[in-house]
Amino acid sequence: MTTTDVPAPTAHRSAASAQRRPTRERQGAAWVFLSPWVLGATVLTLLPMAVSLYLSFTDYDLFDPPHWVGLRNYVQMFTEDPRYWRSVLTTLTYVVIAVPLQLGLALVVALALKGMKRGKGFYRSAFYAPSLLGASMSVALVWRAVFNDGGTVDHLLGTGGWVNQPGWALLAVALLTVWQFGAPMVIFLAGLQQIPAELYEAAAVDGAGKWRQFVSVTVPMLSPVLFFNLVLQTIQAFQVFTPAFAISAGKGGPADSTLVYTLYLYDRGFVASHMGYASAMAWVLLLVIGAVTAVLFRTSRSWVFYASEGER
Amino acid sequence: MTTTALLRKRVAWGRIALHAGCLAALLVMLYPLAWLLATSLKPANEVIASLDLLPSHIAWSNYTTALDGVNGVSIWRLLGNSLLIAGGAVLGNVFSCSLAAYAFARLRFRMRRPLFAFMIATIMLPHHAVLIPQYIIFNKLGLVNTYWPLILPKFLATEAFFVFLIVQFMRGLPRELEEAARIDGCGPFRSFFSIVLPLTRPALITTAIFTFIWTWNDFFTQLIYLFDPDKFTLTLALRSFVDASSQSSFGPMFAMSVIALLPIVLFFLAFQRFLVEGMASSGLKG
Repeated sequence: MTTTDVPAPTAHRSAASAQRRPTRERQGAAWVFLSPWVLGATVLTLLPMAVSLYLSFTDYDLFDPPHWVGLRNYVQMFTEDPRYWRSVLTTLTYVVIAVPLQLGLALVVALALKGMKRGKGFYRSAFYAPSLLGASMSVALVWRAVFNDGGTVDHLLGTGGWVNQPGWALLAVALLTVWQFGAPMVIFLAGLQQIPAELYEAAAVDGAGKWRQFVSVTVPMLSPVLFFNLVLQTIQAFQVFTPAFAISAGKGGPADSTLVYTLYLYDRGFVASHMGYASAMAWVLLLVIGAVTAVLFRTSRSWVFYASEGER
Repeated sequence: MTTTALLRKRVAWGRIALHAGCLAALLVMLYPLAWLLATSLKPANEVIASLDLLPSHIAWSNYTTALDGVNGVSIWRLLGNSLLIAGGAVLGNVFSCSLAAYAFARLRFRMRRPLFAFMIATIMLPHHAVLIPQYIIFNKLGLVNTYWPLILPKFLATEAFFVFLIVQFMRGLPRELEEAARIDGCGPFRSFFSIVLPLTRPALITTAIFTFIWTWNDFFTQLIYLFDPDKFTLTLALRSFVDASSQSSFGPMFAMSVIALLPIVLFFLAFQRFLVEGMASSGLKG
Protein backbone atom coordinates (compact mmCIF):
# COMPACT_ATOMS: atom_id res chain seq x y z
CA MET A 1 0.00 0.00 0.00
CA THR A 2 2.74 2.48 -0.90
CA THR A 3 0.46 4.76 -2.85
CA THR A 4 -1.40 5.87 0.26
CA ASP A 5 1.87 7.23 1.68
CA VAL A 6 2.22 9.69 -1.15
CA PRO A 7 0.39 13.00 -0.60
CA ALA A 8 -2.26 13.53 -3.22
CA PRO A 9 -1.02 16.88 -4.64
CA THR A 10 2.47 15.50 -5.33
CA ALA A 11 1.00 12.51 -7.11
CA HIS A 12 -1.03 14.86 -9.16
CA ARG A 13 1.97 17.00 -10.06
CA SER A 14 4.19 14.07 -10.94
CA ALA A 15 1.45 12.64 -13.15
CA ALA A 16 1.24 15.96 -14.96
CA SER A 17 4.97 16.20 -15.45
CA ALA A 18 5.10 12.57 -16.52
CA GLN A 19 2.61 13.53 -19.17
CA ARG A 20 4.61 16.56 -20.24
CA ARG A 21 7.99 14.88 -20.27
CA PRO A 22 7.23 12.30 -22.96
CA THR A 23 5.88 14.99 -25.26
CA ARG A 24 9.06 17.03 -24.89
CA GLU A 25 11.02 13.84 -25.40
CA ARG A 26 8.97 13.11 -28.50
CA GLN A 27 9.62 16.61 -29.82
CA GLY A 28 13.33 15.96 -29.44
CA ALA A 29 12.98 12.57 -31.09
CA ALA A 30 11.11 14.14 -34.00
CA TRP A 31 13.98 16.51 -34.67
CA VAL A 32 16.47 13.65 -34.55
CA PHE A 33 14.43 11.81 -37.19
CA LEU A 34 14.14 14.98 -39.22
CA SER A 35 17.78 16.02 -38.95
CA PRO A 36 19.04 14.64 -42.30
CA TRP A 37 16.10 16.25 -44.05
CA VAL A 38 16.54 19.56 -42.21
CA LEU A 39 20.22 19.61 -43.12
CA GLY A 40 19.47 18.80 -46.75
CA ALA A 41 16.63 21.29 -46.98
CA THR A 42 18.80 24.04 -45.52
CA VAL A 43 22.18 23.40 -47.14
CA LEU A 44 21.08 21.87 -50.44
CA THR A 45 17.77 23.63 -51.07
CA LEU A 46 17.15 26.91 -49.21
CA LEU A 47 20.72 28.18 -49.18
CA PRO A 48 21.29 27.34 -52.88
CA MET A 49 18.04 29.09 -53.80
CA ALA A 50 19.23 32.24 -52.05
CA VAL A 51 22.70 31.95 -53.56
CA SER A 52 21.36 31.41 -57.05
CA LEU A 53 19.14 34.48 -56.65
CA TYR A 54 22.22 36.48 -55.62
CA LEU A 55 24.34 35.06 -58.44
CA SER A 56 21.68 36.00 -60.95
CA PHE A 57 22.66 39.63 -60.34
CA THR A 58 26.35 38.94 -60.91
CA ASP A 59 28.91 37.96 -63.47
CA TYR A 60 30.48 34.73 -62.28
CA ASP A 61 32.74 32.27 -64.06
CA LEU A 62 33.58 29.96 -61.09
CA PHE A 63 37.16 31.25 -60.85
CA ASP A 64 37.06 34.99 -60.18
CA PRO A 65 34.78 36.23 -57.39
CA PRO A 66 31.23 37.13 -58.46
CA HIS A 67 30.98 40.66 -59.83
CA TRP A 68 27.73 42.53 -59.12
CA VAL A 69 26.03 43.68 -62.32
CA GLY A 70 22.51 44.42 -61.07
CA LEU A 71 19.79 43.53 -63.56
CA ARG A 72 22.25 43.18 -66.44
CA ASN A 73 21.69 39.42 -66.89
CA TYR A 74 17.91 39.81 -66.94
CA VAL A 75 18.06 42.76 -69.34
CA GLN A 76 20.37 40.84 -71.64
CA MET A 77 18.13 37.77 -71.49
CA PHE A 78 14.95 39.60 -72.30
CA THR A 79 16.17 42.15 -74.81
CA GLU A 80 19.49 41.13 -76.37
CA ASP A 81 19.53 37.37 -76.59
CA PRO A 82 17.44 35.90 -79.40
CA ARG A 83 18.59 32.38 -78.46
CA TYR A 84 17.02 32.85 -75.02
CA TRP A 85 13.62 33.61 -76.52
CA ARG A 86 14.13 30.77 -78.95
CA SER A 87 14.62 28.41 -76.01
CA VAL A 88 11.51 29.81 -74.27
CA LEU A 89 9.41 29.35 -77.39
CA THR A 90 10.83 25.85 -78.00
CA THR A 91 10.04 24.77 -74.45
CA LEU A 92 6.51 26.20 -74.49
CA THR A 93 5.83 24.52 -77.84
CA TYR A 94 7.14 21.25 -76.48
CA VAL A 95 5.02 21.49 -73.31
CA VAL A 96 1.88 22.32 -75.29
CA ILE A 97 2.42 19.39 -77.67
CA ALA A 98 3.71 16.74 -75.29
CA VAL A 99 1.62 17.14 -72.14
CA PRO A 100 -1.92 17.07 -73.64
CA LEU A 101 -1.00 14.24 -76.03
CA GLN A 102 0.57 12.21 -73.25
CA LEU A 103 -2.28 12.72 -70.78
CA GLY A 104 -4.94 12.18 -73.45
CA LEU A 105 -3.39 8.88 -74.48
CA ALA A 106 -2.95 7.88 -70.83
CA LEU A 107 -6.64 8.54 -70.14
CA VAL A 108 -7.88 6.71 -73.24
CA VAL A 109 -5.80 3.62 -72.47
CA ALA A 110 -6.79 3.70 -68.78
CA LEU A 111 -10.48 3.81 -69.80
CA ALA A 112 -9.94 0.93 -72.21
CA LEU A 113 -8.28 -1.19 -69.53
CA LYS A 114 -10.71 -0.28 -66.73
CA GLY A 115 -13.44 -2.78 -67.39
CA MET A 116 -11.17 -5.52 -68.69
CA LYS A 117 -11.45 -8.81 -66.84
CA ARG A 118 -8.53 -10.69 -68.29
CA GLY A 119 -5.16 -9.24 -69.28
CA LYS A 120 -5.53 -5.97 -67.41
CA GLY A 121 -2.49 -6.56 -65.22
CA PHE A 122 -0.41 -7.56 -68.22
CA TYR A 123 -1.31 -4.50 -70.29
CA ARG A 124 -0.90 -2.20 -67.31
CA SER A 125 2.67 -3.38 -66.77
CA ALA A 126 3.53 -3.50 -70.45
CA PHE A 127 2.31 0.04 -71.16
CA TYR A 128 4.10 1.25 -68.05
CA ALA A 129 7.51 -0.18 -69.01
CA PRO A 130 8.48 2.67 -71.41
CA SER A 131 8.04 5.17 -68.57
CA LEU A 132 11.04 3.60 -66.87
CA LEU A 133 13.14 2.93 -69.95
CA GLY A 134 12.37 6.14 -71.84
CA ALA A 135 14.31 8.40 -69.49
CA SER A 136 17.55 6.63 -70.40
CA MET A 137 20.21 7.77 -72.80
CA SER A 138 19.93 4.35 -74.51
CA VAL A 139 16.36 4.97 -75.65
CA ALA A 140 17.11 8.61 -76.57
CA LEU A 141 19.82 7.30 -78.92
CA VAL A 142 17.39 4.78 -80.39
CA TRP A 143 14.96 7.64 -80.94
CA ARG A 144 17.57 9.63 -82.79
CA ALA A 145 18.33 6.70 -85.08
CA VAL A 146 14.68 5.80 -85.73
CA PHE A 147 13.79 9.41 -86.58
CA ASN A 148 17.02 10.03 -88.51
CA ASP A 149 17.66 10.07 -92.25
CA GLY A 150 17.23 6.50 -93.38
CA GLY A 151 15.60 5.55 -90.09
CA THR A 152 12.29 3.76 -89.75
CA VAL A 153 10.13 6.88 -89.79
CA ASP A 154 11.88 8.12 -92.93
CA HIS A 155 11.20 4.75 -94.58
CA LEU A 156 7.55 4.70 -93.58
CA LEU A 157 6.65 8.32 -94.25
CA GLY A 158 9.33 9.30 -96.75
CA THR A 159 9.72 12.62 -94.99
CA GLY A 160 13.47 12.44 -94.60
CA GLY A 161 14.98 12.43 -91.12
CA TRP A 162 12.90 14.40 -88.66
CA VAL A 163 15.84 15.09 -86.41
CA ASN A 164 17.54 17.02 -89.23
CA GLN A 165 14.57 19.24 -90.01
CA PRO A 166 13.89 22.26 -87.83
CA GLY A 167 10.15 21.88 -88.29
CA TRP A 168 10.07 18.27 -87.10
CA ALA A 169 12.91 17.67 -84.67
CA LEU A 170 11.01 18.98 -81.64
CA LEU A 171 8.08 16.71 -82.49
CA ALA A 172 10.44 13.74 -82.30
CA VAL A 173 11.48 14.87 -78.80
CA ALA A 174 7.82 15.33 -77.83
CA LEU A 175 6.89 11.86 -79.11
CA LEU A 176 9.51 10.33 -76.83
CA THR A 177 7.66 11.95 -73.92
CA VAL A 178 4.27 10.85 -75.21
CA TRP A 179 5.66 7.32 -75.51
CA GLN A 180 6.08 7.40 -71.73
CA PHE A 181 2.35 7.80 -71.07
CA GLY A 182 2.38 4.70 -68.84
CA ALA A 183 3.09 6.53 -65.58
CA PRO A 184 0.06 8.87 -65.73
CA MET A 185 -1.99 5.97 -67.15
CA VAL A 186 -1.30 3.84 -64.08
CA ILE A 187 -2.42 6.75 -61.88
CA PHE A 188 -5.58 7.27 -63.97
CA LEU A 189 -6.39 3.57 -63.75
CA ALA A 190 -6.01 3.57 -59.98
CA GLY A 191 -8.28 6.63 -59.83
CA LEU A 192 -10.91 5.00 -62.06
CA GLN A 193 -11.00 1.94 -59.86
CA GLN A 194 -11.77 4.05 -56.80
CA ILE A 195 -14.98 5.41 -58.33
CA PRO A 196 -17.82 3.53 -56.58
CA ALA A 197 -19.82 1.28 -58.91
CA GLU A 198 -23.06 2.52 -57.29
CA LEU A 199 -22.58 5.90 -58.95
CA TYR A 200 -22.67 4.27 -62.37
CA GLU A 201 -25.63 2.10 -61.39
CA ALA A 202 -27.54 5.12 -60.13
CA ALA A 203 -26.75 7.04 -63.30
CA ALA A 204 -27.86 4.09 -65.45
CA VAL A 205 -31.14 3.84 -63.51
CA ASP A 206 -31.67 7.52 -64.22
CA GLY A 207 -31.32 6.72 -67.90
CA ALA A 208 -27.80 8.00 -68.48
CA GLY A 209 -26.01 6.47 -71.47
CA LYS A 210 -22.31 5.65 -71.65
CA TRP A 211 -21.30 9.14 -72.75
CA ARG A 212 -23.49 10.84 -70.14
CA GLN A 213 -22.00 8.56 -67.46
CA PHE A 214 -18.52 9.51 -68.60
CA VAL A 215 -19.26 13.24 -68.48
CA SER A 216 -21.29 13.26 -65.27
CA VAL A 217 -19.64 10.54 -63.20
CA THR A 218 -16.18 9.64 -64.51
CA VAL A 219 -14.87 13.12 -65.30
CA PRO A 220 -15.80 14.79 -61.99
CA MET A 221 -14.75 11.78 -59.90
CA LEU A 222 -11.45 11.55 -61.77
CA SER A 223 -10.73 15.29 -61.77
CA PRO A 224 -8.40 15.30 -58.70
CA VAL A 225 -6.26 12.60 -60.34
CA LEU A 226 -6.39 14.41 -63.66
CA PHE A 227 -5.26 17.56 -61.89
CA PHE A 228 -2.41 15.73 -60.13
CA ASN A 229 -1.18 14.28 -63.45
CA LEU A 230 -1.50 17.63 -65.20
CA VAL A 231 0.55 19.49 -62.59
CA LEU A 232 3.22 16.80 -62.34
CA GLN A 233 3.66 16.24 -66.08
CA THR A 234 3.67 19.97 -66.84
CA ILE A 235 6.39 20.65 -64.27
CA GLN A 236 8.43 17.75 -65.60
CA ALA A 237 7.95 18.83 -69.21
CA PHE A 238 9.36 22.27 -68.47
CA GLN A 239 12.58 20.55 -67.39
CA VAL A 240 13.07 18.18 -70.33
CA PHE A 241 16.75 17.68 -71.11
CA THR A 242 18.11 14.24 -72.02
CA PRO A 243 16.15 13.58 -75.26
CA ALA A 244 16.85 17.07 -76.61
CA PHE A 245 20.53 16.63 -75.72
CA ALA A 246 20.74 13.21 -77.39
CA ILE A 247 18.80 14.09 -80.52
CA SER A 248 20.80 17.27 -81.16
CA ALA A 249 24.20 16.02 -79.94
CA GLY A 250 23.99 18.55 -77.13
CA LYS A 251 23.68 21.53 -79.47
CA GLY A 252 19.92 22.11 -79.55
CA GLY A 253 19.88 21.98 -83.35
CA PRO A 254 18.95 21.92 -86.13
CA ALA A 255 18.64 25.73 -86.21
CA ASP A 256 18.03 25.77 -82.43
CA SER A 257 14.73 23.93 -82.96
CA THR A 258 15.41 21.57 -80.02
CA LEU A 259 17.14 24.16 -77.85
CA VAL A 260 14.91 23.59 -74.83
CA TYR A 261 15.28 25.89 -71.84
CA THR A 262 17.40 23.56 -69.69
CA LEU A 263 19.69 22.75 -72.61
CA TYR A 264 20.38 26.46 -73.12
CA LEU A 265 20.84 26.88 -69.35
CA TYR A 266 23.39 24.06 -69.39
CA ASP A 267 25.10 25.65 -72.38
CA ARG A 268 25.34 29.11 -70.74
CA GLY A 269 26.37 27.83 -67.30
CA PHE A 270 28.49 24.76 -67.83
CA VAL A 271 29.79 25.15 -71.38
CA ALA A 272 30.26 28.93 -71.57
CA SER A 273 30.87 29.36 -67.79
CA HIS A 274 28.37 32.20 -67.40
CA MET A 275 27.11 31.05 -64.01
CA GLY A 276 25.41 34.36 -63.27
CA TYR A 277 23.47 34.27 -66.49
CA ALA A 278 22.53 30.62 -65.97
CA SER A 279 21.36 31.46 -62.43
CA ALA A 280 19.13 34.20 -63.79
CA MET A 281 17.72 31.67 -66.25
CA ALA A 282 17.15 29.22 -63.39
CA TRP A 283 15.25 31.81 -61.39
CA VAL A 284 13.03 32.71 -64.30
CA LEU A 285 12.32 28.99 -64.74
CA LEU A 286 11.48 28.71 -61.05
CA LEU A 287 9.12 31.70 -61.24
CA VAL A 288 7.46 30.46 -64.43
CA ILE A 289 6.92 26.96 -63.03
CA GLY A 290 5.60 28.52 -59.82
CA ALA A 291 3.26 30.78 -61.80
CA VAL A 292 2.01 27.96 -64.03
CA THR A 293 1.39 25.76 -60.99
CA ALA A 294 -0.44 28.62 -59.25
CA VAL A 295 -2.62 29.20 -62.32
CA LEU A 296 -3.40 25.49 -62.53
CA PHE A 297 -4.36 25.47 -58.84
CA ARG A 298 -6.48 28.61 -59.29
CA THR A 299 -8.40 27.26 -62.27
CA SER A 300 -8.72 23.86 -60.59
CA ARG A 301 -11.32 25.33 -58.22
CA SER A 302 -13.78 25.47 -61.06
CA TRP A 303 -13.26 21.97 -62.41
CA VAL A 304 -11.65 19.75 -59.79
CA PHE A 305 -14.23 18.02 -57.66
CA TYR A 306 -13.41 16.55 -54.26
CA ALA A 307 -15.99 14.08 -53.00
CA SER A 308 -15.71 15.29 -49.40
CA GLU A 309 -16.47 18.86 -50.49
CA GLY A 310 -19.51 17.76 -52.46
CA GLU A 311 -21.12 16.33 -49.35
CA ARG A 312 -21.17 19.67 -47.60
CA MET B 1 -32.15 -15.56 -81.73
CA THR B 2 -33.03 -13.65 -78.58
CA THR B 3 -31.83 -10.13 -77.90
CA THR B 4 -29.72 -11.24 -74.94
CA ALA B 5 -27.86 -13.71 -77.13
CA LEU B 6 -27.27 -10.97 -79.69
CA LEU B 7 -26.08 -8.65 -76.95
CA ARG B 8 -23.71 -11.25 -75.59
CA LYS B 9 -22.30 -11.78 -79.05
CA ARG B 10 -21.77 -8.06 -79.46
CA VAL B 11 -20.02 -7.84 -76.09
CA ALA B 12 -17.73 -10.72 -77.07
CA TRP B 13 -16.82 -8.97 -80.33
CA GLY B 14 -16.26 -5.75 -78.43
CA ARG B 15 -13.89 -7.50 -76.08
CA ILE B 16 -11.96 -9.06 -78.95
CA ALA B 17 -11.68 -5.65 -80.65
CA LEU B 18 -10.45 -4.14 -77.40
CA HIS B 19 -7.73 -6.75 -77.00
CA ALA B 20 -6.74 -6.41 -80.65
CA GLY B 21 -6.46 -2.65 -80.22
CA CYS B 22 -4.38 -2.97 -77.07
CA LEU B 23 -2.05 -5.52 -78.66
CA ALA B 24 -1.60 -3.34 -81.75
CA ALA B 25 -0.77 -0.34 -79.57
CA LEU B 26 1.65 -2.47 -77.61
CA LEU B 27 3.43 -3.63 -80.78
CA VAL B 28 3.95 -0.03 -81.90
CA MET B 29 5.22 0.90 -78.46
CA LEU B 30 7.61 -1.97 -78.18
CA TYR B 31 8.98 -1.44 -81.68
CA PRO B 32 11.80 0.92 -80.61
CA LEU B 33 12.97 -1.65 -78.07
CA ALA B 34 12.84 -4.48 -80.61
CA TRP B 35 14.70 -2.23 -83.03
CA LEU B 36 17.37 -1.60 -80.39
CA LEU B 37 17.87 -5.29 -79.73
CA ALA B 38 17.94 -6.14 -83.45
CA THR B 39 20.33 -3.33 -84.35
CA SER B 40 22.74 -4.29 -81.61
CA LEU B 41 23.14 -7.62 -83.43
CA LYS B 42 23.41 -6.31 -86.97
CA PRO B 43 26.63 -6.15 -88.99
CA ALA B 44 27.78 -2.60 -89.75
CA ASN B 45 26.52 -2.49 -93.34
CA GLU B 46 22.94 -3.38 -92.38
CA VAL B 47 22.47 -1.07 -89.44
CA ILE B 48 20.71 1.64 -91.37
CA ALA B 49 18.92 1.63 -94.69
CA SER B 50 16.80 -1.40 -94.01
CA LEU B 51 13.43 -1.84 -92.42
CA ASP B 52 14.11 -5.50 -91.64
CA LEU B 53 14.42 -6.14 -87.97
CA LEU B 54 16.25 -9.41 -88.47
CA PRO B 55 19.93 -9.23 -89.39
CA SER B 56 21.25 -11.41 -92.23
CA HIS B 57 23.68 -12.89 -89.75
CA ILE B 58 24.14 -12.15 -86.08
CA ALA B 59 27.12 -9.89 -85.41
CA TRP B 60 28.23 -10.72 -81.87
CA SER B 61 31.25 -8.57 -82.60
CA ASN B 62 29.19 -5.50 -81.64
CA TYR B 63 29.04 -6.86 -78.12
CA THR B 64 32.70 -7.81 -77.94
CA THR B 65 33.56 -4.29 -79.11
CA ALA B 66 31.17 -2.86 -76.52
CA LEU B 67 32.82 -4.94 -73.80
CA ASP B 68 36.10 -3.21 -74.60
CA GLY B 69 34.37 -0.06 -73.45
CA VAL B 70 34.87 3.56 -74.45
CA ASN B 71 37.93 5.81 -74.25
CA GLY B 72 40.03 2.90 -73.03
CA VAL B 73 37.78 2.23 -70.04
CA SER B 74 36.36 -1.26 -69.91
CA ILE B 75 32.66 -1.81 -69.65
CA TRP B 76 33.10 -3.59 -66.32
CA ARG B 77 34.55 -0.44 -64.88
CA LEU B 78 31.63 1.61 -66.26
CA LEU B 79 29.15 -0.93 -64.91
CA GLY B 80 30.86 -0.87 -61.54
CA ASN B 81 30.73 2.93 -61.41
CA SER B 82 27.03 2.93 -62.30
CA LEU B 83 26.32 0.30 -59.66
CA LEU B 84 28.28 2.17 -57.00
CA ILE B 85 26.37 5.40 -57.59
CA ALA B 86 22.97 3.73 -57.85
CA GLY B 87 23.68 1.57 -54.79
CA GLY B 88 24.80 4.56 -52.74
CA ALA B 89 21.72 6.50 -53.80
CA VAL B 90 19.44 3.62 -52.80
CA LEU B 91 20.99 3.37 -49.34
CA GLY B 92 20.81 7.13 -48.90
CA ASN B 93 17.21 7.52 -49.96
CA VAL B 94 15.89 4.57 -47.97
CA PHE B 95 17.72 5.74 -44.87
CA SER B 96 17.00 9.46 -44.92
CA CYS B 97 13.55 9.46 -46.49
CA SER B 98 12.16 6.85 -44.08
CA LEU B 99 13.46 8.83 -41.08
CA ALA B 100 11.89 12.08 -42.28
CA ALA B 101 8.68 10.32 -43.30
CA TYR B 102 8.26 8.79 -39.82
CA ALA B 103 8.57 12.22 -38.21
CA PHE B 104 6.03 13.74 -40.59
CA ALA B 105 3.61 10.84 -40.46
CA ARG B 106 3.73 9.85 -36.82
CA LEU B 107 5.41 12.35 -34.50
CA ARG B 108 4.05 15.63 -33.21
CA PHE B 109 6.39 18.59 -33.19
CA ARG B 110 6.15 22.31 -33.56
CA MET B 111 6.30 23.57 -37.16
CA ARG B 112 5.10 20.20 -38.44
CA ARG B 113 2.49 21.65 -40.77
CA PRO B 114 4.60 24.40 -42.39
CA LEU B 115 7.59 22.08 -42.75
CA PHE B 116 5.43 19.41 -44.33
CA ALA B 117 4.02 21.97 -46.76
CA PHE B 118 7.58 23.07 -47.58
CA MET B 119 8.63 19.46 -48.13
CA ILE B 120 5.73 18.94 -50.57
CA ALA B 121 6.62 22.18 -52.36
CA THR B 122 10.17 20.97 -52.97
CA ILE B 123 8.72 18.11 -55.03
CA MET B 124 7.70 20.76 -57.55
CA LEU B 125 10.92 22.77 -57.28
CA PRO B 126 12.90 22.62 -60.53
CA HIS B 127 16.30 21.08 -59.93
CA HIS B 128 17.91 23.93 -61.87
CA ALA B 129 17.03 26.48 -59.20
CA VAL B 130 19.50 24.86 -56.81
CA LEU B 131 21.85 23.25 -59.31
CA ILE B 132 24.44 25.98 -59.80
CA PRO B 133 25.02 26.82 -56.10
CA GLN B 134 25.14 23.08 -55.31
CA TYR B 135 27.77 22.76 -57.99
CA ILE B 136 29.71 25.69 -56.49
CA ILE B 137 29.51 24.15 -53.01
CA PHE B 138 30.82 20.80 -54.21
CA ASN B 139 33.44 22.59 -56.29
CA LYS B 140 34.64 24.56 -53.24
CA LEU B 141 34.82 21.32 -51.27
CA GLY B 142 36.94 19.82 -54.02
CA LEU B 143 34.32 17.13 -54.64
CA VAL B 144 33.59 17.79 -58.30
CA ASN B 145 34.68 14.81 -60.39
CA THR B 146 33.97 12.49 -57.44
CA TYR B 147 30.81 10.51 -56.64
CA TRP B 148 29.97 12.55 -53.54
CA PRO B 149 27.77 15.12 -55.30
CA LEU B 150 25.75 12.23 -56.72
CA ILE B 151 25.36 10.24 -53.50
CA LEU B 152 25.58 12.62 -50.54
CA PRO B 153 22.36 14.59 -51.31
CA LYS B 154 20.41 11.33 -51.16
CA PHE B 155 21.49 10.82 -47.56
CA LEU B 156 19.91 14.20 -46.79
CA ALA B 157 16.42 13.33 -48.05
CA THR B 158 16.57 15.78 -50.93
CA GLU B 159 14.23 13.65 -53.03
CA ALA B 160 11.02 14.74 -51.36
CA PHE B 161 8.93 12.56 -53.66
CA PHE B 162 10.05 9.51 -51.69
CA VAL B 163 9.45 11.15 -48.31
CA PHE B 164 5.91 11.84 -49.52
CA LEU B 165 5.49 8.27 -50.80
CA ILE B 166 6.57 6.77 -47.47
CA VAL B 167 4.46 9.26 -45.46
CA GLN B 168 1.40 8.20 -47.48
CA PHE B 169 2.15 4.57 -46.72
CA MET B 170 2.85 5.07 -43.01
CA ARG B 171 -0.40 6.97 -42.55
CA GLY B 172 -2.22 3.84 -43.61
CA LEU B 173 -0.70 1.72 -40.83
CA PRO B 174 -2.85 1.12 -37.73
CA ARG B 175 -1.86 3.44 -34.91
CA GLU B 176 -2.91 0.93 -32.21
CA LEU B 177 0.31 -1.05 -32.61
CA GLU B 178 2.49 1.90 -31.66
CA GLU B 179 0.12 3.00 -28.92
CA ALA B 180 0.27 -0.44 -27.37
CA ALA B 181 4.06 -0.38 -27.66
CA ARG B 182 4.23 3.05 -26.06
CA ILE B 183 2.21 1.86 -23.08
CA ASP B 184 4.73 -0.98 -22.79
CA GLY B 185 7.45 1.67 -22.52
CA CYS B 186 8.59 1.74 -26.12
CA GLY B 187 10.16 5.06 -27.13
CA PRO B 188 9.87 6.57 -30.59
CA PHE B 189 13.17 5.05 -31.74
CA ARG B 190 12.30 1.52 -30.69
CA SER B 191 8.84 1.97 -32.11
CA PHE B 192 10.28 3.16 -35.43
CA PHE B 193 12.83 0.39 -35.84
CA SER B 194 10.85 -2.53 -34.42
CA ILE B 195 7.30 -1.76 -35.45
CA VAL B 196 6.87 0.89 -38.14
CA LEU B 197 9.90 0.20 -40.31
CA PRO B 198 9.21 -3.53 -40.84
CA LEU B 199 5.59 -2.74 -41.74
CA THR B 200 6.72 -0.07 -44.18
CA ARG B 201 8.78 -2.57 -46.16
CA PRO B 202 6.68 -2.36 -49.36
CA ALA B 203 7.10 1.43 -49.53
CA LEU B 204 10.83 1.09 -48.82
CA ILE B 205 11.23 -1.48 -51.58
CA THR B 206 9.37 0.83 -53.97
CA THR B 207 11.65 3.69 -52.95
CA ALA B 208 14.73 1.54 -53.44
CA ILE B 209 13.74 0.33 -56.90
CA PHE B 210 12.69 3.73 -58.17
CA THR B 211 15.85 5.30 -56.80
CA PHE B 212 17.96 2.66 -58.49
CA ILE B 213 16.27 3.07 -61.87
CA TRP B 214 16.18 6.87 -61.78
CA THR B 215 19.80 7.14 -60.67
CA TRP B 216 20.89 4.57 -63.24
CA ASN B 217 19.10 6.57 -65.97
CA ASP B 218 20.15 9.97 -64.68
CA PHE B 219 22.19 11.86 -67.22
CA PHE B 220 22.22 15.54 -66.36
CA THR B 221 23.80 15.35 -62.89
CA GLN B 222 26.44 12.89 -64.02
CA LEU B 223 27.17 15.07 -67.04
CA ILE B 224 28.00 18.13 -64.98
CA TYR B 225 29.85 16.42 -62.12
CA LEU B 226 32.02 13.76 -63.76
CA PHE B 227 34.92 14.47 -66.14
CA ASP B 228 37.37 11.57 -66.03
CA PRO B 229 36.48 8.79 -68.45
CA ASP B 230 37.43 6.18 -65.83
CA LYS B 231 34.85 7.68 -63.45
CA PHE B 232 32.13 7.61 -66.10
CA THR B 233 28.96 5.62 -65.69
CA LEU B 234 27.41 3.62 -68.52
CA THR B 235 25.01 6.48 -69.24
CA LEU B 236 27.86 8.98 -69.55
CA ALA B 237 29.91 6.63 -71.67
CA LEU B 238 26.97 6.45 -74.07
CA ARG B 239 27.25 10.21 -74.31
CA SER B 240 30.55 9.77 -76.14
CA PHE B 241 28.50 8.25 -78.93
CA VAL B 242 26.18 11.25 -79.09
CA ASP B 243 28.62 13.25 -81.19
CA ALA B 244 29.75 10.29 -83.22
CA SER B 245 27.76 10.01 -86.42
CA SER B 246 29.91 7.42 -88.18
CA GLN B 247 27.91 4.31 -88.88
CA SER B 248 30.73 1.98 -87.95
CA SER B 249 30.15 2.77 -84.27
CA PHE B 250 26.40 2.22 -84.48
CA GLY B 251 26.43 -1.50 -83.73
CA PRO B 252 28.68 -1.27 -80.65
CA MET B 253 26.81 1.82 -79.47
CA PHE B 254 23.50 -0.03 -79.45
CA ALA B 255 25.11 -3.11 -77.94
CA MET B 256 26.22 -0.90 -75.09
CA SER B 257 22.74 0.65 -74.94
CA VAL B 258 21.27 -2.82 -74.49
CA ILE B 259 23.73 -3.54 -71.69
CA ALA B 260 22.81 -0.24 -70.04
CA LEU B 261 19.09 -1.02 -70.22
CA LEU B 262 19.43 -4.60 -69.00
CA PRO B 263 19.39 -3.88 -65.25
CA ILE B 264 16.29 -1.71 -65.60
CA VAL B 265 14.50 -4.36 -67.60
CA LEU B 266 15.43 -7.01 -65.02
CA PHE B 267 14.32 -4.78 -62.15
CA PHE B 268 11.09 -4.08 -63.96
CA LEU B 269 10.36 -7.76 -64.58
CA ALA B 270 11.18 -8.69 -61.00
CA PHE B 271 9.42 -5.83 -59.21
CA GLN B 272 6.71 -4.61 -61.56
CA ARG B 273 4.07 -4.97 -58.86
CA PHE B 274 5.90 -2.57 -56.52
CA LEU B 275 6.65 -0.16 -59.35
CA VAL B 276 3.15 -0.02 -60.77
CA GLU B 277 1.48 0.18 -57.38
CA GLY B 278 4.00 2.70 -56.10
CA MET B 279 3.28 4.92 -59.07
CA ALA B 280 -0.48 4.40 -58.70
CA SER B 281 -0.54 5.29 -55.01
CA SER B 282 1.47 8.47 -55.56
CA GLY B 283 -1.48 10.05 -57.33
CA LEU B 284 -4.15 9.14 -54.81
CA LYS B 285 -4.91 10.77 -51.53
CA GLY B 286 -3.78 8.61 -48.62
